[in-house]
Parts: sequence; C-alpha cells; structure tokens
Amino acid sequence: MSILIHEDTRIIVQGMSGRIGRFHAEDMIRYGTQVVGGVTPGRGGETVLDRPIFNTVAEAVEAVGAQASLVFVPPPGAADAIMEAAEAGLRFAVCVTDGIPSQDMMKVKRFLRRFPAARKMRFIGPNCAGIISPGKGFMGIMPPHIYLPGRVGIVGRSGTLGYEAASQMKALGIGVSTSVGIGGDPINGSSFRDILELFENDPETDAVVMIGEIGGPQEAEAAAYARDHMSKPVVAYIAGLSAPKGRKMGHAGAIISAFGESAQEKVEILSAAGITVAPTPSAMGETIARVLRVGQPA
Amino acid sequence: MDIHEHQAKEVLKRFGMPVPAGGIAFTPEQAMHEARKLGYPVIVKAQVHAGGRGAAGGVKLCRSEAEVSAFALSLLGRNLVTKQTDASGKPVHRLLVEQATEIAREIYLGLVLDRKSERIMIVASREGGMEIEDLAEEKPDALLRMVIDPAMGLLPFQSRQLGFKLGLADDRVGQFATVLRACYRAFRDLDATMVEINPLVITGSGDLIALDAKMSFDTNALFRRPEVAALRDAGQEDPREDAAAEHGLNYVGLEGDIGCIINGAGLAMATMDMIQLAGGHPANFLDIGGGASPDRVVAAFRTVLTDPNVSVILVNIFAGINRCDWVAAGVVQAYRELNLSLPVVVRLAGTNVDEGRRIIDGSRLPLMSADTLAAAANTAVKARPTIAA
Repeated sequence: MSILIHEDTRIIVQGMSGRIGRFHAEDMIRYGTQVVGGVTPGRGGETVLDRPIFNTVAEAVEAVGAQASLVFVPPPGAADAIMEAAEAGLRFAVCVTDGIPSQDMMKVKRFLRRFPAARKMRFIGPNCAGIISPGKGFMGIMPPHIYLPGRVGIVGRSGTLGYEAASQMKALGIGVSTSVGIGGDPINGSSFRDILELFENDPETDAVVMIGEIGGPQEAEAAAYARDHMSKPVVAYIAGLSAPKGRKMGHAGAIISAFGESAQEKVEILSAAGITVAPTPSAMGETIARVLRVGQPA
Repeated sequence: MDIHEHQAKEVLKRFGMPVPAGGIAFTPEQAMHEARKLGYPVIVKAQVHAGGRGAAGGVKLCRSEAEVSAFALSLLGRNLVTKQTDASGKPVHRLLVEQATEIAREIYLGLVLDRKSERIMIVASREGGMEIEDLAEEKPDALLRMVIDPAMGLLPFQSRQLGFKLGLADDRVGQFATVLRACYRAFRDLDATMVEINPLVITGSGDLIALDAKMSFDTNALFRRPEVAALRDAGQEDPREDAAAEHGLNYVGLEGDIGCIINGAGLAMATMDMIQLAGGHPANFLDIGGGASPDRVVAAFRTVLTDPNVSVILVNIFAGINRCDWVAAGVVQAYRELNLSLPVVVRLAGTNVDEGRRIIDGSRLPLMSADTLAAAANTAVKARPTIAA
C-alpha cells in the first residue's frame, strides 16, 4: 500500500475542462491513473478526454463512483469547490490552485471539522504540486518520470524542491513509495505531522524525507511527533537559511515572523528530536542513502 | 500588503473605532493648515510603512506653527530610517497631523491570522506602547490570547472577558467591546492578515482611543477588495519587485552579487542556501513561476540585471509545469538581446530537459552548463570576477 492513492482510486478533476486541468488530467491518464470524470458547473453532459463532465461533485459520486478529487479551480471559487467535494462524500482531495485567500482556507478547515472521522475528507494543498505514488498513479502537476518506485516517502511544502529530492534519490537508485506536496500557503490541509503519521503506518514505507522551509509552526510540530511516535527514520532539509527576517520568499507562508520560524531554529528543533538534517539541499539524496544503510543489518 | 497609519485609522473608524481627530498633509503648508484647524498642541507623524518611527525622529509634539513647519520641512521628501527599514529607509511623502491625546494608560491590542489554530487570534496586553516582539520576550505572561471561531465570529462575552482581564474599569468594558468588534469586523470583512492598535490609550477622562494603527492585507484577496487595493502606496515598496510582478515574476532584492533565476519558491530558497554554503551571496530571490515563456525568462534577466551588484547569473530550473526548452530559448534570447558579457550558469532538469540542453549547447554562447544543484552553485561562485586581496 502506498499512502493516499493506489491503482484503483477513482479520481475526478474539478476544473477538467479548463486548459490547465485538461493538460494535467491527460498526463495523469497517460501514467495509468484512474481518472473517471470531471466537474465543471454548467458543462455537465460534455465529454473531455473521453471522460464525462458533471455539474456537481455529488453527481460524479453517483454516476462514476468518484472517491477522490484533484481541484484546479481558480482562486475565487477554489475553496467552495473543496467544500463541495467534502460535502459530496469524497474521502480525499488535492488542490493545486495558488492564490486562495487565507480566510477562505480558514473557512475550509472549519467546514471539514463538521464531518465525523468515518466520513471526513483528507485534504492536501493548496498551492502544491500534488501527490504521486510512483508506478501507481498521481494527482497533480509533477513530472512523473523523475520518480523511481520504491520505499521512501517524501513530504514537502515546495513542489520543485520535492522534485530535486526525488531526482537525487533516483540517481542513487533509491525509490519513492509516495511523494506528497503539502503546499506553500500559511493555512493548508494536511500538515507535515499528518503525513508523517500516514508514512509511519504504511508497511510499504521504510523511511521519510521531509522538506520544510522558513515560516510557521508545522516543522516543530512534526519534530515532536517523530520523536514521540515514529519508529522509522526521518531525514529533513529546511530551505531558507539565507532568507532575511520579515521578507516573504515566494510562498505566502514562507516568512519568518515569530521565534522558531527561521531555518536555523527549525534545524535545531529537528536535530534535537533525533531527525537527521541534510547539511545542504544537494545532500538530501546521500543523507537518506546513509540513513537507510545504517538501518540495514550488517 | 501594508497601508499607512492614517489609512488604517480611516478604515477602522468606519467600523466604529475611536481615533484622534486629524488630517493628512503632503506639504508644510497643508500641515500648518491642519494644525490650525485642530488647535495646538498637535502630534505630527511621518507616514511610512515601517514601525519604530518615534525613536527614529519621525514623530513630534508641536506647540506652534513654526514648529510644525520646521518639522514638516525636515521630513517631507526625505527618507526615514527606522530599526525596521533597511539602511536607506522609506520615503516620507505625507504626514499625519493629529490632536494631541492625554495618556493615562497604554494597552496593546493586535489581531493576527494564527497559523497554529488556523483562525483569527486576538493578542492583548496591559503593557502597551512596546513592540510586540519585545513584549513577547520580556513579559510573555502579560500576553493574553483569544482565538475566534470563524463560524461564530467574535462573541460579546469574549470581549468582556478580555476587557476585564486587561483591568479596565467596569464602565469602560463596553467601550472596549466596541473597539474589539471594530478590529475584528475590519479584519474579517476586508481580508486583513494583521490589525495592530499599539497603543490603545485610556485618556485622562477615561475614554479609549487608538493612538496608532497598523493594518496588513492578504494580497490573494485583493481581487475582491478593490477598496483595499486602492490604498496601496507603491512609493513605499521596492520598484523592482513591482516591475517583476507585472511579468509574473516573484522577486525579492537582497545584498549579494549572484543573480538567481529559479522556478519554485522552495527550490529558489534552496539554491540561495547552496550559494551561501559554497561561499557566495545571492543578489536576489526570483521565482519565474509555472509555464514560463521565453519572454518571461528574458524579463527575469532584465529584472535581475537592474541590480548593479550582480556579477554572475545562475539559472536553476527543475521543470514540472515548466518546459526546459522554453526556458533555454529564453536564456539564449536574453543573452543576445541584452548583449550579456557576465558569466551565466545554467542548470536544467525535468520536463523536456534534452531539448533544453540542445538549445543551450547549440547556441555557441559562452553559457556554463551544470548538471546538479551543487555543481551549479559551485560554478556560479567560482565564476565571480576575482577581487584582488
């Protein structure tokens, strides 16, 4: 089992009739992902990429048994689309959209709490590259060929830095069970801690690479979880060593505004929790290789 | 997006916040006119997007027309350097002239988007007038925090609770609730990310009044807040960042000499880190975004080159939603169009990487290729013109 999706997960794309949604849906289908339809309000009954388009997520659940959604809806309607997916009973959604207002995400997080655990939707993003379980399927915008199937999980805020890690690992023959981009926004769906928990419980994952950055409390929270609850080794890298305080580095969430939010402070917190921190961003691959070797019986 | 103090006060006043009487002035004459209307003494405050104005000499109690005129002359058109600005400071083009307020007590009141609770959090303290960072460090126990459920909004009992904890007189707690409601509603209805009243003052007669006010807004929400977008003062921002944003580029100017052109915020930060670890210093953060056309890459080169300190350019692209061939075409086009002579290091990976490398190699330009992030950073650091020791 990979985490979050497998070969048979029935996926819809909200916004599949748009240029970007269509482009990436096509890539996902080519990779073997089970894309069973799309949702665009007002375009129900049409066909895109030989898949039916529905007016509502509820109709897609009813007609094609949708289980998960990839959301490409533009910022003004993105939060609404995510809440629609949760209400329709989907168990998993990923939102790639960049530029969603923070208070909209605040509302989404509040809305998701309405559901009992048994039917609650797990949500990843927004402003993320999505997730991939190499050889099985993906939901997002990543180039799938850079991932070797394998047994190391990747979780990171940044899409491109996640690609960097996967390619360094591929060059060393190390494969990936699932790679998850949780996104660069200040308020997001699943946190580092949430994804670490999934990897800890996944029998097909042996170790995790966690790629954090400046800003926010999530890396510290993940460090405490890894220290107290994880048996699997975690290797981390924190981007933004050279970032000045108070300046926003691209991601809306990448800004040092409180104590413990700089790269140096996060590295110290992670190291103190027993996590191996890669000394440079180009050493993510060799660091996980070293940790995996140590973990094996001589 | 930040706005000026006088704008924040006008916004909050519309939501019911009591603020001192005052007016805005762009010239010494206007400042004197405003002062005359208010009656002396007045407080004259430089309007810049930075805190620490008082300590930097940007705020003064004036008792006469001559004082107002002299102070206005000394500030307008100059840059004010505070501990929150860089060494060149922020330009002063407007002054707020306000009625002086008699201060009996100062309170700190702030609202922020709290990333831990993922809700709006109210932070308050009996100790006003100090910077919140200093307050958090020196008197962490004096900070009162309260989180607001977005489904319910701010409830009256929460305001009362906070008012009593701040030690307000029984008959002032109702007034505090009005102040807090104004802050909360302005925050919620205008997509703010921060509202700070520091200090909130209790006057000699026992009334509450916002002596200073700061607001920041969520740039992602400006599409639905045209009235907020209209408050922007581009003169307070780095013009290079604005120009870059028009081309879909995210640029932040820094102090070093290695110009960076990268895709993705995380990879951009990591590349800057790698440069630093290799012994160099990045001149900027620049994310070209997704689906970058050759023209956008040329615009990125132009943006980076507006910084005269740049002596090397490092292009690092790991394409997912981007295409290496488009980026490579942009690099070649920029090199020719801008008649570049400085060293350019190019690292390409991901989507269409082979086509991209063919374009770089086939151009016969003196571009330096690198295969990995580490090689790219090391090559860029070594390519800097050597300075004689």
